[in-house]
Amino acid sequence: MDYVIEMLNITKEFPGIKANDNITLRLKKGEIHALLGENGAGKSTLMSVLFGLYQPDKGIIKKDGQEVKISDPNVANTLGIGMVHQHFKLVHNFTVLQNIILGVETTKNGLLKMDEARKKVVELSGKYGLSVNPDALIQDITVGMQQRVEILKMLYRENEILIFDEPTAVLTPQEIDELMNIMRDLAKEGKSILFITHKLNEIKAVSDRCTVLRKGKLVDTIDVADATKEEMSEMMVGRKVEFEVAKEESKPTTPTLEVRGLTVGDRHNAKKIVNDVSFTVRKGEIVCIAGIDGNGQSELVYALTGLQPAEKGQVLINGKDMTHMSIRKRNISGMSHIPEDRHKHGLVLDYSLEENLILKCYFMPEFQKNGFLKFREINEYANGLIEKYDIRSGQGSKTIARSMSGGNQQKTIVAREIDLEPEILVAVQPTRGLDVGAIEYIHKQLIQQRDEGKAILLISLELDEVMNISDRILVMYEGEIVGELDPKTTTFQELGLYMAGGKRDERSEAI
Amino acid sequence: MKVLRKLLDIRGFNNATSSVVAISAGLLFGFIILLISNAPQAFDGFIIILKGGFSTGAKGMGQVLYFATPLILTGLSVGFAFKTGLFNIGAAGQFIMGAFAAVYIGVKCTFIPAPFHWMAALLAAAVVGGLWALIPGVLKAYLNVHEVISTIMMNYIGMYFANFMVKATVYDSKKALSMNVAESAVLPKAGLDKVFYNPIGSSGAVDLSTVNCGIYIAVGVAVIMYIVLNKTTFGYELKACGFNRNASKYAGINEKRSIVLSMVIAGALSGLGGGLLYLSGASGRHIKAVDVLAAEGFNGIPVALLGLSNPIGIIFSAIFISYITLGGNYLQTLDFVPEIIDIIIACIIYFSAFALLFRNILPRLLKWRTGIAEKNSGQQPSQAVGTPNSGQERSDE
Repeated sequence: MDYVIEMLNITKEFPGIKANDNITLRLKKGEIHALLGENGAGKSTLMSVLFGLYQPDKGIIKKDGQEVKISDPNVANTLGIGMVHQHFKLVHNFTVLQNIILGVETTKNGLLKMDEARKKVVELSGKYGLSVNPDALIQDITVGMQQRVEILKMLYRENEILIFDEPTAVLTPQEIDELMNIMRDLAKEGKSILFITHKLNEIKAVSDRCTVLRKGKLVDTIDVADATKEEMSEMMVGRKVEFEVAKEESKPTTPTLEVRGLTVGDRHNAKKIVNDVSFTVRKGEIVCIAGIDGNGQSELVYALTGLQPAEKGQVLINGKDMTHMSIRKRNISGMSHIPEDRHKHGLVLDYSLEENLILKCYFMPEFQKNGFLKFREINEYANGLIEKYDIRSGQGSKTIARSMSGGNQQKTIVAREIDLEPEILVAVQPTRGLDVGAIEYIHKQLIQQRDEGKAILLISLELDEVMNISDRILVMYEGEIVGELDPKTTTFQELGLYMAGGKRDERSEAI
Repeated sequence: MKVLRKLLDIRGFNNATSSVVAISAGLLFGFIILLISNAPQAFDGFIIILKGGFSTGAKGMGQVLYFATPLILTGLSVGFAFKTGLFNIGAAGQFIMGAFAAVYIGVKCTFIPAPFHWMAALLAAAVVGGLWALIPGVLKAYLNVHEVISTIMMNYIGMYFANFMVKATVYDSKKALSMNVAESAVLPKAGLDKVFYNPIGSSGAVDLSTVNCGIYIAVGVAVIMYIVLNKTTFGYELKACGFNRNASKYAGINEKRSIVLSMVIAGALSGLGGGLLYLSGASGRHIKAVDVLAAEGFNGIPVALLGLSNPIGIIFSAIFISYITLGGNYLQTLDFVPEIIDIIIACIIYFSAFALLFRNILPRLLKWRTGIAEKNSGQQPSQAVGTPNSGQERSDE
């Protein structure tokens, strides 16, 4: 047979959870093989087994028909298996070139010889269209660029089997398209690709075959061409999923959040990151700020939520000026915030799940008395949320957040923020890294909040999400709001044009 | 009883085991050095170290507790800071500044009525220690100056400043020591003099230990710290800031204030330790005013490590280190050079500080053993090297 990798009857157990239960996966040479499953279905565990991070409890791995034992990532590397992790493993203050050769440095008499390495890197990046500047520091380049460095790292090591762990979760739509092209090129050159994802569009776009996992068990391996998106999602979730959330016409009433002339400066640059932005979000509507990553959305949100001071302008909640209020005061006044970076802002990773669920309300009388935490109440509250939002973890409310899967970490944040019953919910990419089932759930939650008369500001890079659930779209380009669109009448093309800066409203007072 | 059982839950037991293993390894290494330096007397010497404070009867045990008192406090200081994400290497400076404040009040402020005099002196010690840590705390919170650098600097400033102040105000130049504090400023014995003494002959005269109610205060403070860290919203905030400063800010916690407060509390603990050691009457310790950093300050680090930063664990680790240090002193009755004794004791303490390492290694070692057993019955060893997410950096500043 022409299988390069066969993983046969792999079983892997962790305390409290059977992450992989008798899973078989076969990878052909030169194919792009998608691995599809919900958050916590066992995809990452299976790939970690292949990459030598975990040892399987049962089952064997074959490479080119020969049984192999992959005891650690170095062994995987010598077998030609490379992996791009969801969270990149790069040294931030090293250059691109230094990162690529790290661990396989070309040396002469103990001294580094970078010339050969540089030649090879330039050659590889030319061959696969992975243009990066080898002398740029990692901290200075975009996430998309960093991902290219990770890919180059694998190619530099002459890996034949490439594992991509949710590579698109951190990319902008444009970057995703480029990545898809790169993946196709790699497969054409005879590389075999394992592609972990839960985005069905991407599977349809590039994959040849697809293996579906559900709750640690193998559902099936199918040819992508023969299956529809709906069929695949049903296999993955175990029930039918609605892609477009049904919603009523919005009935906005009085303004909740008013932003007037908000400006955020740059310490190193005279150019404003957020430049004179004004808009209003009313009760009972979802306003979406669309735009390509890095056009000032993050800083706008920081200024709204108080993480960064605004240079000029005003932020009002229910008519009260909040521009110079502390974060705690904003929270109490009814502002919730699902942050962009869940590891940096959203969670205290070394705290347990329940401690994270009370991160914004531990000081309220329900959870403390005279400064002493009420552990029983906290536990009950946490268990309630865990059940309501279907947060899955190994040891329930006592699980350390760090050990949870990315999707469940995200659900934890969403549960916490929505349960605060905010007046205004600022949701930055709330469905990032989630599977279709969870996305559907969160979208429904957002719309339900809206229907209860809450105001919602959604910041999203996903065009589908923008078009599906928002009532109004504001497009942000280079720190300014360049247009207001109605999702019912606009098209993807028009939206894309605004996002790319190709079109702007004549100084439309986007209010 | 219930409280005791809660303390001895499974995880606590595992931690205790790792500390015991670390200590055993330290003792073994100490024995090897004994063998190398003086083989014929090595075994006797080892017994003396093991007998520790017991070598000199009840008084010796009292001395163990007396010298454990400041170690508990400096251990708490380092451990508390560590639990809240800060490395307090400045315990020595905070300790000596607190000591000076206590001695100064003890000598000069005799107008304070008796039962309040020593309390006022202790309070001053804690306040000055806290103020000494305030500076690195503010530098860390507002200017992002790393606290390791600033606390080390503050150690030297504190040492020289305290020496200068002692010599200028409360110095007994005949003995080249700080003066005795007033009787009313000496910590009361609180019944401990009925237990820790050695009788001299049969005349009824006694050789009293220096131990005093300071050990009660130290244990009390440790319990309070345990409660603050684990049961209160305040501890929840401080620990959150230690784990993830950005997320704490996001959650509305005043993270700058928390960092400053953590440092101040850590400093106050060290300062209090200085007060407790030096308010002990004529037979107790006096400030020597020499250019040496206080050993009690640095020993707070191994105490905290051996106690795994748990306040209750720190009580025991401080008593152990005090015990073994005294045992080392008694080694002088044999043919051991004082320097060798210091090396041996330092090695034991050094190894003991590896408790954390052993805690991580032990379960793996056990798993590996069971893995071999499984392999013999035809199965693969099961050993997790780390989760894919564990490589995530704690903070990228």
